[in-house]
Amino acid sequence: MIAELGLAALWLAASLALLQLALVWFGLVGDKADLLAGVRPVAVAQAGLCAIAFLALIALFLRSDMSVALVAANSHSAKPWLYKFAGTWGNHEGSMLLWVTVMGLAGAGVALLERALRRDTHMATLGAQAAISLGFYAFLLFSSNPFARLAAAPEDGQGLNPLLQDPGLAFHPPTLYLGYVGLSVAFSFAVGALMTRNVDAAFARAMRPWVLGAWVLLTIGITAGSYWAYYELGWGGWWFWDPVENASLMPWLAATALLHSVTVLATRDALRAWTVMLAVVAFSMSMVGTFLVRSGILTSVHAFAVDPERGTFILALLLVYIGGALALFGFRVGTVREGAQFELVSRETMLVLNNLLLSVVLGVVLIGTLYPLMTEAFGHKVSVGPPYFDAVAGPIALGLMLVMIAGPVTRWRHDALRAVGGRLLVPTLVGLAALSALAVLAWGRIGVLPFLGLVIAAATAVGSLTPLGKRNLRRTPLFTYGMVIAHLGCAVSIAGMASDSAFTVEKLAAMRVGDRVSAAGWTVSLDQIGPIAGDNWTAMQADVSAARDGGTPVLLHPQSRFFTTPPTATNESAILTRWNGQLYVVLGEPTQDGRWQMRIWWKPFVTLIWLGGGLIALGGLLSLIGRERRGWMKRLRKAAA
Amino acid sequence: MAMKSKHQRLILVLIALVALIGAGLLAASALKDEAAYFYTPYDAKTKGVDPGKAIRLGGMVVKGSLKRAADGVTIHFQVSDGKASVPATFTGIAPDLFREGSGVVAEGSFDKGGTFVATNLLAKHDERYMPRELDGMSYNETTHQIEGQVK
Repeated sequence: MIAELGLAALWLAASLALLQLALVWFGLVGDKADLLAGVRPVAVAQAGLCAIAFLALIALFLRSDMSVALVAANSHSAKPWLYKFAGTWGNHEGSMLLWVTVMGLAGAGVALLERALRRDTHMATLGAQAAISLGFYAFLLFSSNPFARLAAAPEDGQGLNPLLQDPGLAFHPPTLYLGYVGLSVAFSFAVGALMTRNVDAAFARAMRPWVLGAWVLLTIGITAGSYWAYYELGWGGWWFWDPVENASLMPWLAATALLHSVTVLATRDALRAWTVMLAVVAFSMSMVGTFLVRSGILTSVHAFAVDPERGTFILALLLVYIGGALALFGFRVGTVREGAQFELVSRETMLVLNNLLLSVVLGVVLIGTLYPLMTEAFGHKVSVGPPYFDAVAGPIALGLMLVMIAGPVTRWRHDALRAVGGRLLVPTLVGLAALSALAVLAWGRIGVLPFLGLVIAAATAVGSLTPLGKRNLRRTPLFTYGMVIAHLGCAVSIAGMASDSAFTVEKLAAMRVGDRVSAAGWTVSLDQIGPIAGDNWTAMQADVSAARDGGTPVLLHPQSRFFTTPPTATNESAILTRWNGQLYVVLGEPTQDGRWQMRIWWKPFVTLIWLGGGLIALGGLLSLIGRERRGWMKRLRKAAA
Repeated sequence: MAMKSKHQRLILVLIALVALIGAGLLAASALKDEAAYFYTPYDAKTKGVDPGKAIRLGGMVVKGSLKRAADGVTIHFQVSDGKASVPATFTGIAPDLFREGSGVVAEGSFDKGGTFVATNLLAKHDERYMPRELDGMSYNETTHQIEGQVK
């Protein structure tokens, strides 16, 4: 029953999306304004139905209803409940259902919460949102039905990929999708504004909170995913330039650019056409990412199954939506009046540089991700890996950091070059100091990119705080704090990345019980090793004690796990966090003579990578609250009165 | 003022062009190296790979070739694509499903003696996934996926 209920809700939601689109179309184009009154209730009802369908699927997974094909293929009754629950979206159909649910909820959010937008633009935005949703409903219902039943239910399911059996699965995909799909709102806004010829500063102010919200969630999702990969894969790396990671990075880069250009539009009424274009590009990148991940042309844990039919379907959606939006842009860009002018030395120029560099990074990541696919189409196998991305994206990212130091201390409209230079004196001195210190201490021992990374991170950390100097800190608006904290987060994160790649110490050893090894001031000894069992796995677990410089030893428990369904082995690393870094211990295989392979890393300040990610998200959140607080309070008071 | 703003727009466009061309050149030169990034043992033998150049080597771990060194963490093995085979060595914790007769993609470089020194091994992991590079190569068993680097 539950499966049928879910499927019915999904069909109803799809028909409501069609109705929503029709109401907007005939209301605006057919000039039947009374139809528009129905749009908002329909959008909300549609979100409700999506939520029902999604809850139904969760219920099926929690009950391990093996008569449902999706549950049988991806779940197992012996799995802990958390993974039954999170396993709902740990597969193709479930994750696409999550996608349309988020899209429906975002549409309802726009219907209920958006007040600043002109009414016809608001309606056109909701129409665009319905139009995008329709394509994804069709995709779900026609080629990825999550509720399909099996003729004969198997006794038990095939289980979930053990790499995904981690609390991270409960957190990372939903946040990432909220951000990923949240960008659909910016896309719909852009389409709505082009349809109703309404691109100006007021439009930008209405769009900004949605962009900020999606961007914050995307940042959290990527940061969480990076940490998850770091501890789960037992590999010590935090970013692999996996095409699927790139698929989440590309919308983030576009959204970051959009976030800055929308501010220029909102504050100075400049960069009109460009901002609209970016809003289209940002969600297009989300869709390209989905195409890459869901079509099966890539291989990864994220690409749950290979199915060319689905790939073709998503490719068609991609072409229709991106092509349609770009065509609309092409037709209507002439009606977007030229915005305000600005001089060469100005905040606007800095933000243009920011957008330019972010677009360039986006471009090279996109090329690197698609290039192997394109050459393969011509029968030539190529694999593009970290050497390409590091070499290309690294230097541009560092250039971006320099712009980030200069931008916030440059005035809007026009500024004097010499005055800007004066405000940059302290960050420059700090950068030079860091440069000399590193040159003395580590010259020749660390790579060029980490070296520059550390120098620029030091300068950026100080530079990001400069806008607060000479200000009354109590009167400084919250959104300025938001910007400062987000920029500081970038410096912190880059420092962590550079430190990890420059100073990590690795030790490999085959150890007997009782053996000890030392690395980077740590003494690590293998005290004991023995079997242990979980709900759906068995493991060998080591008791490892680690002490730094003769201090009190701390016990760590790395495991080598074996899952029965599906039969897979994983290494569960043990991580000890200290203020200045992490000790990362992995248990490997036994050798023939009874020793155990151990891989030990000391990673100085590696935690800064994710701390920085958290600061970036926090900064975004503070900006959002700072900008929107007054409006929210007003509405609350109105609701109370 | 009109002249001035036009002038400034021109400068911005020039900066944009320089950035784009610079990035394009950077990407193209990096991709040129990458284009020769994945090798099979036969490719490596016929085309030749400079020692020290970072590549990916893909093939099968030859049955009976896997030897473990006394230090307990180093292994020696042969990688074959059916047409040629090359010796390889790896120090570290091999992926759980790295074994003889199975597919592997090794990242690393050749040393001067012609042995491939792998810094990372991607091996069969789960029957649902397969390294794209190994698509279309022949195996005794369908070979799959990836540990470690690819998530």
